[in-house]
Amino acid sequence: MSKQINVALIGNPNTGKTSVFNQLTGLNQKVGNYPGITVEKKEGICKLPRGVKAHIIDLPGTYSLNTTSLDESVAVELLLNKNDKDHPDVAIVISDVENLKRNLLLFTQIKDLEIPTILVINMADRMVRKGITLDIDLMEKKLDTKIALVSTRKKTGIERLKKLIADYKNLSISPNVDTTVIAPEYFKSLQETFPNENLHKLWLVITQDVNFMPLEKKLIKDTSSFNTKSKSELKRLQQKETIKRYQFINSILKETYKVDANAAKGLKATLDKILTHKIFGYLIFFVVLLTIFQAIYDWSSIPMDVIDETFVSASEWVKDSFPPGMLTNLIAEGILSGIGGIVIFIPQIAFLFLFISLLEESGYMSRVVFLMDRVMRPFGLSGKSIVPLISGTACAIPAVMATRTIENWKERLITILVTPFITCSARLPVYLIIIALVIPEGRFLGLGYQAMTLMLLYLIGFGAAILSAMVLNKVLKIKSRTFFVMEMPNYKLPLIKNVAYTVWEKTKSFVFGAGKIILAISIILWFLGSNGFTEKYENADSIIEHRIQTEGLSVFNQESITNDLEAYKIALNDSIAKKVYTIGPEQVKDSIHRLDKELFEKAKHQEIASFKLENSYIGNMGKAIEPMVRPLGYDWKIGIALITSFAAREVFVSTLATIYSVGSDEEHTIKNRMAAEMNANTNKPLFNLASGISLLLFYAFAMQCMSTLAVVKRETNSWKWPAAQLVFMSLFAYIVALVAYQLLK
Amino acid sequence: MSTSIAHLKRGQKGVIREFPDDFLPIKLLELGCLPGNEVELVQVAPFKDPLYINVNGSHIAIRRSMALKIELDLIEDTPSV
Repeated sequence: MSKQINVALIGNPNTGKTSVFNQLTGLNQKVGNYPGITVEKKEGICKLPRGVKAHIIDLPGTYSLNTTSLDESVAVELLLNKNDKDHPDVAIVISDVENLKRNLLLFTQIKDLEIPTILVINMADRMVRKGITLDIDLMEKKLDTKIALVSTRKKTGIERLKKLIADYKNLSISPNVDTTVIAPEYFKSLQETFPNENLHKLWLVITQDVNFMPLEKKLIKDTSSFNTKSKSELKRLQQKETIKRYQFINSILKETYKVDANAAKGLKATLDKILTHKIFGYLIFFVVLLTIFQAIYDWSSIPMDVIDETFVSASEWVKDSFPPGMLTNLIAEGILSGIGGIVIFIPQIAFLFLFISLLEESGYMSRVVFLMDRVMRPFGLSGKSIVPLISGTACAIPAVMATRTIENWKERLITILVTPFITCSARLPVYLIIIALVIPEGRFLGLGYQAMTLMLLYLIGFGAAILSAMVLNKVLKIKSRTFFVMEMPNYKLPLIKNVAYTVWEKTKSFVFGAGKIILAISIILWFLGSNGFTEKYENADSIIEHRIQTEGLSVFNQESITNDLEAYKIALNDSIAKKVYTIGPEQVKDSIHRLDKELFEKAKHQEIASFKLENSYIGNMGKAIEPMVRPLGYDWKIGIALITSFAAREVFVSTLATIYSVGSDEEHTIKNRMAAEMNANTNKPLFNLASGISLLLFYAFAMQCMSTLAVVKRETNSWKWPAAQLVFMSLFAYIVALVAYQLLK
Repeated sequence: MSTSIAHLKRGQKGVIREFPDDFLPIKLLELGCLPGNEVELVQVAPFKDPLYINVNGSHIAIRRSMALKIELDLIEDTPSV
């Protein structure tokens, strides 16, 4: 078996590092997390000349090895730890031809660690336009390395890079810069204390926690034999070191790097002027947000409907083609609808990430942060939080995934935690039906009460998100960078390949990551809803048949059948009078009889389904929690709907339809049936103003979405945060709904 | 004339003065915010914060509070926009 070479890609953000990674690995890549933390780990396999294989890790972007964030320390940890299975045999530093000076700072730091290091100068296609000329041979000599001049856009230079990786053993590992001159005595005593260690490595370990960090000091155990320095002294040395490195870099670039100043400038300055303008900047951003919103709210509804119908008919097909029984039901109602519940989110996720990766790739996202930083800062949110928060109006799932672009962990966590408060589209069907039931139709100053209530609910959602962000900002004790420095990268035309990879990767990680949890919970919910431990459940069919034989159908169903038949008779007589078709009185009687029978059968099935649900495990759970929800103005039937809503909020409506034994596809009928429902305790309509408002507020605040919880688990890499969300949001919802009901009743 | 980055007008340039040793985050130093380097104020966000600067070829945004701390010698002949 040929040996695999471990390769680490490392570079400043915005140097096209990911493009190089994509070019090297193609689709042979996987994305996961580093163990125990939420930093994304990207790795892939690349075939090199002579049948050698390389295992490539795309490390998080970093400006230097002096870490100021968890992402960056992952990179340092890997470079320092020889025992790590991914410790690189060769490091590739990716640089951008326009920012070579700054990029080389990182290069010299890595070179000094005595790791074979290749320099990639990316974006070579921009050299002509920017008037840049390079003396690669001289630069190779001066930096004591091999250089690959690459353009991922034009796909040039990658073959040379692969050759260089395969020949990594020929690379020099001697350091670039002698940094010990900044404090000769200090370094001398350091080397004497640890004679077997690389000085630069020691220095790196010592200085890590000056700026950040939880790096374990495996190396520096005993410091008795040499004098340690205070933090500010170390910081001073770091500054000296940085100046020293820049001196070295400047001396090299002077000889090897020429820019024709006249060719530079231009597009970037003009675009910046417009895109970060006080008025136009916001206007453009508003249009961008509107487009994203439109895409995930509106455009994605088309494929979502198709998916929905496909899974419904697949489930019906299974029920029709296989012998009835537990297994068929498990497949049709548990597994298929569970998978459907995962797949249904794909269009929204794909659309959102299409836009987000376009924004990121083009360099526009940094301008958004620039515009929004001041506005979001008081809430402990990042300028980038605005995209997830707005996307949350469609669905919290893609929104939570979109927080990956926020570098600062605390800001990202707060955004994840508050996003589910935003009114998502699954709340809408619940809001609409309850508003129609309990809010009068009148108008005030030309505005309908019902419309105003709906708008208020949206505002309440935003308000809850913003307020809880402020509270979390105060409460959460997370060490994160307190200052703000952000690069404003060059504008670039997004590479279709990179965008496509992002969309593909995000969708895949949702389906296989969060999807597992969603499927498991759907099957559990299905099991609880379609099984019961009482005899009543077992004998539901015969009990209901018997009841209908002796007492007839429920009053509501009788009335609705009578009404339907009347309407049918009138329509039929009308058609006959108008001579649309001519049929005799016998046939009329016959067709009315057939319809009567049909409606009766349907009503019977609905009543059986209702009875079964009532006596299933979930039904019993609903009854068990009734004492808890009674002070909120609900009965056990609503209790059941609250539990099933956990699958997805909109299930509330269809659950009530089943309980009230009406067809779930006729919204008007459901509404009438709900309006007729009386509260057994108070003998007033169950859905009145007080209980309605209470229910609306409960749905506004409660965390009733297992898919969101699954995604939060995936994105935070721990059950702690989704559990906290579930408990706090539900508790808050309960209290608010309780107060509202008690005040209004 | 001495001033700070926060006091520049758009398009104006200055040269960073010597500053105390452990004064700025290392990250800023690495991005080129070192004494003797030239700074240009490129853009100012609404509410005058953050500021978008070009220092030593790096285009970066920093917050006003930080910009106030970095003292400059103004390059007088740069046109103010």
